[in-house]
Amino acid sequence: MTQTTAESAVRKQRAQIRVRTLRTDRWWLAPVLTFAGLFLFLIYGFWAMFDLSMLAGSYIAPFSSPCLAAATCPEGARLFGFAPFGDWYKLPPGLLILAFPGGFRFTCYYYRKSYYRSWWMSPPACSVAEPHSKYTGESRLPLILQNVHRYFFYVAAIIGLILTYDAVLSFRDADGNWGHVGLGTVILVVNAVLVLCYTFGCHSCRHITAGRLNHFSRHPLRYKAWTLVSKLNARHQQFAWASMVSIVVADLYVRLVAKGVINFPFA
Amino acid sequence: MERHEYDVVVIGAGGAGLRAAIEARQQGKRTAIVCKSLFGKAHTVMAEGGAAAAMGNVNPNDNWMVHFRDTMRGGKFLNNWRMAELHAKEAPDRVWELEAWGALFDRTKDGKISQRNFGGHEYPRLAHVGDRTGLEMIRTLQQRVVALQQEDEKLHGDPEAYIKVFAECTITRLLKEGDAIAGAFGYWRETGDFVVFDAPAVVLATGGIGKSFVVTSNSWEYTGDGHALAMLAGANLINMEFIQFHPTGMVWPPSVRGILVTESVRGDGGVLRNSEGRRFMFDYIPDVFKDKYATTEEEADRWYDDQAGNRRPPELLPRDEVARAINSEVKAGRGSPQGGVFLDVSTRLPAAEITRRLPSMHHQFKELADVDITKEPMQVGPTCHYVMGGVEVDADTGAASVPGLFAAGEVSGGMHGSNRLGGNSLSDLLVFGRRAGAGAAAYIDGLARRPAAAAGLVEEARAEALAPLERTGGENPYEVHHELQRTMNDLVGIIRKSEEIGEALQVIEKLKERAKNTASAGSRIYNPGWHLAIDLRNMLLVSEAVAKAALLREESRGGHTRDDYPGMSPEWRRKLLRVTLTPDESGVNVEERVQPSMRSDLISLFERGELEKYLTEEELAEYDAAVKES
Amino acid sequence: MGYKAKFRVWRGEGGEGRLEDFTVEVNEGEVVLDVIHRLQATQTPDLAVRWNCKAGKCGSCSMEINGKPRLGCMTRMSTFEEDETITVTPLRTFPVIKDLVTDVSFNYQKAREVPSFTPPADVKPGEYRMQQIDVERSQEFRKCIECFMCQNVCHVIRDHEENKPNFSGPRYFIRIAELDMHPYDVADRKEPAQDEHGLGYCNITKCCTEVCPEHIKITDNAIIPMKERVVDRKYDPLVWLGSKIFKRQR
Repeated sequence: MTQTTAESAVRKQRAQIRVRTLRTDRWWLAPVLTFAGLFLFLIYGFWAMFDLSMLAGSYIAPFSSPCLAAATCPEGARLFGFAPFGDWYKLPPGLLILAFPGGFRFTCYYYRKSYYRSWWMSPPACSVAEPHSKYTGESRLPLILQNVHRYFFYVAAIIGLILTYDAVLSFRDADGNWGHVGLGTVILVVNAVLVLCYTFGCHSCRHITAGRLNHFSRHPLRYKAWTLVSKLNARHQQFAWASMVSIVVADLYVRLVAKGVINFPFA
Repeated sequence: MERHEYDVVVIGAGGAGLRAAIEARQQGKRTAIVCKSLFGKAHTVMAEGGAAAAMGNVNPNDNWMVHFRDTMRGGKFLNNWRMAELHAKEAPDRVWELEAWGALFDRTKDGKISQRNFGGHEYPRLAHVGDRTGLEMIRTLQQRVVALQQEDEKLHGDPEAYIKVFAECTITRLLKEGDAIAGAFGYWRETGDFVVFDAPAVVLATGGIGKSFVVTSNSWEYTGDGHALAMLAGANLINMEFIQFHPTGMVWPPSVRGILVTESVRGDGGVLRNSEGRRFMFDYIPDVFKDKYATTEEEADRWYDDQAGNRRPPELLPRDEVARAINSEVKAGRGSPQGGVFLDVSTRLPAAEITRRLPSMHHQFKELADVDITKEPMQVGPTCHYVMGGVEVDADTGAASVPGLFAAGEVSGGMHGSNRLGGNSLSDLLVFGRRAGAGAAAYIDGLARRPAAAAGLVEEARAEALAPLERTGGENPYEVHHELQRTMNDLVGIIRKSEEIGEALQVIEKLKERAKNTASAGSRIYNPGWHLAIDLRNMLLVSEAVAKAALLREESRGGHTRDDYPGMSPEWRRKLLRVTLTPDESGVNVEERVQPSMRSDLISLFERGELEKYLTEEELAEYDAAVKES
Repeated sequence: MGYKAKFRVWRGEGGEGRLEDFTVEVNEGEVVLDVIHRLQATQTPDLAVRWNCKAGKCGSCSMEINGKPRLGCMTRMSTFEEDETITVTPLRTFPVIKDLVTDVSFNYQKAREVPSFTPPADVKPGEYRMQQIDVERSQEFRKCIECFMCQNVCHVIRDHEENKPNFSGPRYFIRIAELDMHPYDVADRKEPAQDEHGLGYCNITKCCTEVCPEHIKITDNAIIPMKERVVDRKYDPLVWLGSKIFKRQR
C-alpha cells in the first residue's frame, strides 16, 4: 500500500472487458486432449478391473498385479507365492490394487492440475475465465483430502517395485525357465521403468528425500537423492502420460496374449 | 492541496534512497520516501555485477587500502579522497548488514560471501548474486523497509507511522525558507494532483542523467531531477563533464540499443574481438597500466585460473579505456555488422557454465536479440551509463551547501572522480546512503526551529507544473526530448571537440526556448506527455552543465575525452569544475575550484612512481615530505 | 523492413473504457512496448503505460497482449503475423488507473503481511556461513522482478475478487517459501501459509509458472514444497508422532 492518502478522484475498478478471454491461440486444445486422454484411461481401467485373463505364461497384466486373492488368481500369479486374501475374497481382483495406484494418480500434483483444468475447468486455460461463481480450492473438505498424497506414494512405491519384480519374472518362459525374452518382456520392462520414473519423481517423494530440510549440506546422501528425484520431477508430467500409456499397452498386451488373440512366436 | 509533515523526505527509492530512509527511520525520524516509479522498480535493479567491498573472502590480501588505491586509480586521482576512504572502509559492513536483512549472495566453499573479479579491482572483490546483484539489493532494502513498517505496526498500530513510501510521485521543486530547506513540492503521476511535503531535511537520491542521451543503459527515470533540483535550490554540482560510457551495451536490435551487457561477461572469461578476429584490447593498454595487465593472450588466459601469478587480461581495464578502444576499432572500420565489436564467451566457457554464471545475460540476448550467447558472440558498443558528477557534498554527512539538503548515490559527486570502477556504485549507495540518512537525522537534532516554506513558493511551483497542460498547440515534448538526446549523444558524447560542444550549447539554447513552449494534450491523470514536458526542464539544465564543463576542461581524463586535448594534465587534476545556476534560473555557470590535496597518510599508500604520472612537481614535493615524516 | 501493424489498445480511466484501433509503424527488432511508445510520440501523447528498464529486469510493463499476461518490453513483434491485430489491455485482476496502468497496491499490502526474515538473535552481520547448495533454492525465488503477472493470472483472485482478502497469491508464496527454506530463518511460516495466506486455495494449475518472465518454477519449487511442509505440520499423523517420539525440534 503506497497510496493510501492520495484521494483519487477516479473510481477504482477493473477494466470492464466483457469477454471471457482475449486469447487468440487455440487455448482449448490442451484441455480437450487431456479430457479425452483421461477419459479413455478410465474406461479402459474399468474394463480391465473385471477382466480375468490376467496371466499369460510368465507375464502378468499390471492392472491385476499383485494377485492377492486365491479365488481369482491362478497358481503362480500370487505375490511372492502367497495369496494374502485367501479364498474368501470374491470381488474383482483389480479392485484391490487399482485403488492405490488410482489414488496415487488422483492425488498427484500433476494429475490434479490436469483434471482441475480439463474436467472442472478451474480454469480451463490461463487467463480464460472459469465458469464457477465460487471457489475455495483445496482449502476445505473434500479437496483438502488431497493432502494425503504422500500415503498413496508409499503404497505406489511398493506397487512400483512389484511391477519391477513382475518385469524380472517375465524373463522366464511359460515353464518357469530363465532366459526367455519376448515382446511382452520388453513391454513389461519399459512399463516398469516408466512407472518407476513417474512414481519416484513424485513431489511428495521429493519432499521426503530432502525437500523438507533447510540444510542440504549437512545431509549429503539425502541431498543426492533429492537431486535425482528433482531431475525426474522436472519431467513429472511427461512421465505421468508416458507411464499411463505404457501401463495400458502392457496390460492390454498381456490380456490379449492370455486370450490367445496375440499368438505370434515372439510374443 | 494535500500536505504532509515529515522529518526527512528522501527523493528516490533506489539503493541510496532506501538506505538513507532506513537510517533516518532507525534514528527515530519520521521519513517519507518519494519515488517516480513503483516501490522496488528503481534503476538499481539494473546493476548486474556486484557490490565492491574489501572483505577478503576470496583473496585474504585484500583490504580497504587496496580498495582505496584501486578507486583513486580508476578515478584518475580526481576523486574526493575522503569519500573514497570512507567507502573503502565501510563497504564490507554495509554488505554484511544486507545479509542480516535477508540478502542471499553467492557463497564461497567455506560458506562466506563469494567475490568476483571486475575491471580495475586488484583482487576479486564484488559480492554478487549471479548477474542480478542490483535486484537482490533493492529487494533486500525494500524488504527491510517493510520489516521496519511491521515493527511500527506492532508498536504504534500504524505501519506507516514512521516510514512511508509515496510511489509514482514526482518532486518538481524544493521549498525553502531563506537559505534552508523547508520541504518539497510534487505531483502524483497517477492523478496529477499536487502534494506538498513540509520537512526540514531532504535527501536527494535520484540517480543519474542518462536520458539526455540516445544510446543509454538508463531508464526513463534518469532525467537528472536531483541534479536540477539541487541547483534550483542553490546547491553546486561538480565533475559534471565526467560521464561514463559503459563499453559493452547491446547494439542490436535498434530498440534495445544501449541496454547493458554486464562486465562480468569479461570477468568470467569473455573476450573482445574485432571483425578481423583480433583481441584488440592488447593494442590499447595505456602507459599508466602497463605493468598491471597481460601483454600476451597466453598470459591473459592463464590469469583466469591463476590470478596471483599472472597479470590480468586487458579486457578488464577500467571502463573508460575499454569504451574508447571499442570506439576506435569501430571508427577504423573493424567493427561488427551492426556497428559494435564482438564480445565472445561462447568459445571460452562450456554452455552450462555460461547459463549458470550469466543467466540474465543469456536470457536477455535470447529474448531480445534472438542470440544464443553460448553458441555465438554478442555485438556490443559503448553506451551512456553513469554520471560521475553530481551534487557537491560533505563526505562524512552527505550534506550539500544548502542547509537541510543532502545527496547520496549517483546524484552526488566526487566519490568516483573522473571514472567509476564497476562494482563501486552499489557499495557507494550503501555507504553514502547510510551516511546521508544519518547526516539528515543529526541536522534535524541540531535545529532550533523547523523552517516553514516561504509563502508563494508553492503557488509558483504549481503554476510552473501546470503550464504545459494549459498551453495549446505548442511544441511536442517528445520531439524536443529526442533532439536533445541526439545532440548530447553526437556532440557531447564519448569523444568531444571544442567546436562540437559549442554547437551543442547553441542547440541547447534553442531547445530551452522550445521547451518553454511545450504543450501536452490530455488530462492530468497519468499523462506521460505532460510528465515529459516537466522533466525537460531538468534534462536541459543538466545537459547544459555537462556541455559547459566539458568545454572548459582542456584535457582528457576518465569519462571526459577531448579529441583536441588528448593528454592528461597534472595541472588540470588540481581543478574541480563547479556548476551553479545563474541568478535568473535560465542557465548555468561553471567556475574552477581547487581540488583539495590528499591527507598525507592516504597519499603515502601510493608508490612515487605511480603518482608521477598524475601529480604536479609541487604536489610530488609535498608527497616526499609526507613520506619522510612517517 | 518496417510495416504498418494493427493495434487494439484498451483506453479509459477507472475501469470504464473501450478498445481503440490504431495503425502504427513497426520496425525490425522492435517489441510491443516500442510500438506503444511510438503511439505516444505520434498519435496519443497521453496514452498511459508503466515502464522503466525496457530490458525485462524491473517488471513494470506488465500488460495483457492478445489476452496473455506479458512484459511489453520482452514481447517481440516478430512473434506476430504482420496482418494480425494485436490487442493490448491492462492487467485484468487489478483496478485500472488509466489505459494500461493498473493499481497494484494489493500486492504491496500482501507483501507487508508476510513477516520479514527472522534470523536467530545471536548471529551478527558478517558471521553468516551458508553453503551455496543451501541458498540456491531461495535464490531462485529472489529472482522475482515483481511484475505481478502471476498474481494477475491466478484464477483464484482473477475470477473471484472475493478471495483477495484470504489469498496472498503466487508472488507471496514464493516469498514464504524463500524464507521457510532460508538456512537462518527461525520464524514459523508453515501454519500461517495455510491459515493466513491461503496456500490451500491454490489448485496448482500452474498458470503462475507459465507466465513467469523469470522462469521461476513457482508451482514445482515453491508452492508444492510449501504444501508438503504444511502437510508435515498439519495433516500427517506419522510426522506428528515421529516428532513426539524423537522430540525433534519442530
